[in-house]
Amino acid sequence: MTEVVKTPKIPPEKQILMTINGDEAVAYAAKQSLVDVVAAYPITPQTIIVEKFSEFVANGEVHTEFVPVESEHSAMSACVGAAAAGARAFTATAANGLALMWEILYIAASLRLPIVLAVANRALSAPINIHNDHGDAYGMRDSGWIQIFVENVQEAYDTTIQAFKIAEDERVLLPVAVNLDGFFLSHTLENIRMLPDEEVHKFLGGYRKTYPKVKVDYFDEEVPLILNPARPLSFGPLDLYDYYYEHKMHQIEAMKRVPEVVREVNEKWYELTGRKYGDGILVPYGVEDADVVVTVLGSTGGTVRHIVKKLRSRGYKVGTIRIRLFRPFPHKELAELLKGVKVVGVMDRGISFGSYGPSFLDISTALYDLKERPLLVNYVYGLGGRDAQPEMIEKMFMELLEIAKTGEVKEKLRFLGVRE
Amino acid sequence: MAELRGYKELPIGAVPFRLSTDYKTGDWRALRPVVDHNKCVKCMLCWIYCPDMAVIWDGEKITINYDYCKGCGLCAHECPVKAITMEPEPTE
Repeated sequence: MTEVVKTPKIPPEKQILMTINGDEAVAYAAKQSLVDVVAAYPITPQTIIVEKFSEFVANGEVHTEFVPVESEHSAMSACVGAAAAGARAFTATAANGLALMWEILYIAASLRLPIVLAVANRALSAPINIHNDHGDAYGMRDSGWIQIFVENVQEAYDTTIQAFKIAEDERVLLPVAVNLDGFFLSHTLENIRMLPDEEVHKFLGGYRKTYPKVKVDYFDEEVPLILNPARPLSFGPLDLYDYYYEHKMHQIEAMKRVPEVVREVNEKWYELTGRKYGDGILVPYGVEDADVVVTVLGSTGGTVRHIVKKLRSRGYKVGTIRIRLFRPFPHKELAELLKGVKVVGVMDRGISFGSYGPSFLDISTALYDLKERPLLVNYVYGLGGRDAQPEMIEKMFMELLEIAKTGEVKEKLRFLGVRE
Repeated sequence: MAELRGYKELPIGAVPFRLSTDYKTGDWRALRPVVDHNKCVKCMLCWIYCPDMAVIWDGEKITINYDYCKGCGLCAHECPVKAITMEPEPTE
């Protein structure tokens, strides 16, 4: 949900009104973010992002080094090299392309490189499918990346710029994946408001040019964490059982600091543009007095909110929380919001085969420590781009309201909108 | 090995606090190259092929830097006059 309340520094009339799709919005955001290197390989439904960006390069509108690589594995590898050399690096992918990046995703995160990756979420093969689900993003869940899911095209634009701010914050220094639903957002035209270029430059502090400092034994002073022949550092060479675990602790500690930075950036963006997305982490609606709450990621958030409004107008005590920040997962914040709720329906556009939907696993963990735990039902839906129809969501709410009445969950894992 | 450090004392980014030359990878070796200088014709093929730059040329003859030689045997394989043989590491 986009909240527009107070008077922003750049009032809406000073912002640029554009009718563009989600991919184009991401490309414009990357352009305004003064990206030094884009290394990318085309894959539907992400292609428009790098296609549009290559136009900016061809037209001389950006200074960016565009590397048309031979695979996504190379795309992420080139971004790793660029970011380690001090560049602001960006790439985009989806589904099978993201799967091919998998190895390097872990390297980007553990080398603490603030790369931004746009993922136009798409179902993984087989059978081959180009449409939306979150299987690809769930697959990179444990790679050490920050994962943010957006609901609409405006948020895709806003979040891409915010992602650089979050990634490069000295407290964070982790790569960020901005997830936008394939086709539902990537190819859907929306009217959005963009900032003038110079305002984005100011927001990000211009080019990436400051680096954290590290202390190594062979230099007397702290040196910038960057590849520099004058001050050589090795990035990620062999660690055996002696130091690997300690280096993983750095990532664990960095992840803990992410939520406060996401909140701050969300607030700064609000002051600048008048737009914010909940507290940047969770976007709740109608939760305060709700008996039934449904959690959701991505573009379905809007449809769920529509149904919540409809049902509340009929007197049903229902609410919803859109999870914007998926990694690190906001366990405490969710538990706080869901305290006192009778039933929670967890929507997952993906499944861990042989288990539940990935967000369900986290929400179960989040709620376990509550004295009075809500009943939980996991709804897997929308695989391979199957539409999340309002009627289907309304039916799900009615089912959850019935569970709230009876206190009995017959099936903990439900499959919405599938034919038997 | 020197005392192991805790993660709070380490640089971030999986950056080692020591120079890579401080890691003596020679202790991975099972077989060691031994040079017979009576046979060596100083063709320098071993110096070219060594992947670890562990063959040292001092202007007169080649020597092996056992601190870094991992014992791969490439030098012995490539030597045209069989001046290098791979021998088991001495066991203590």
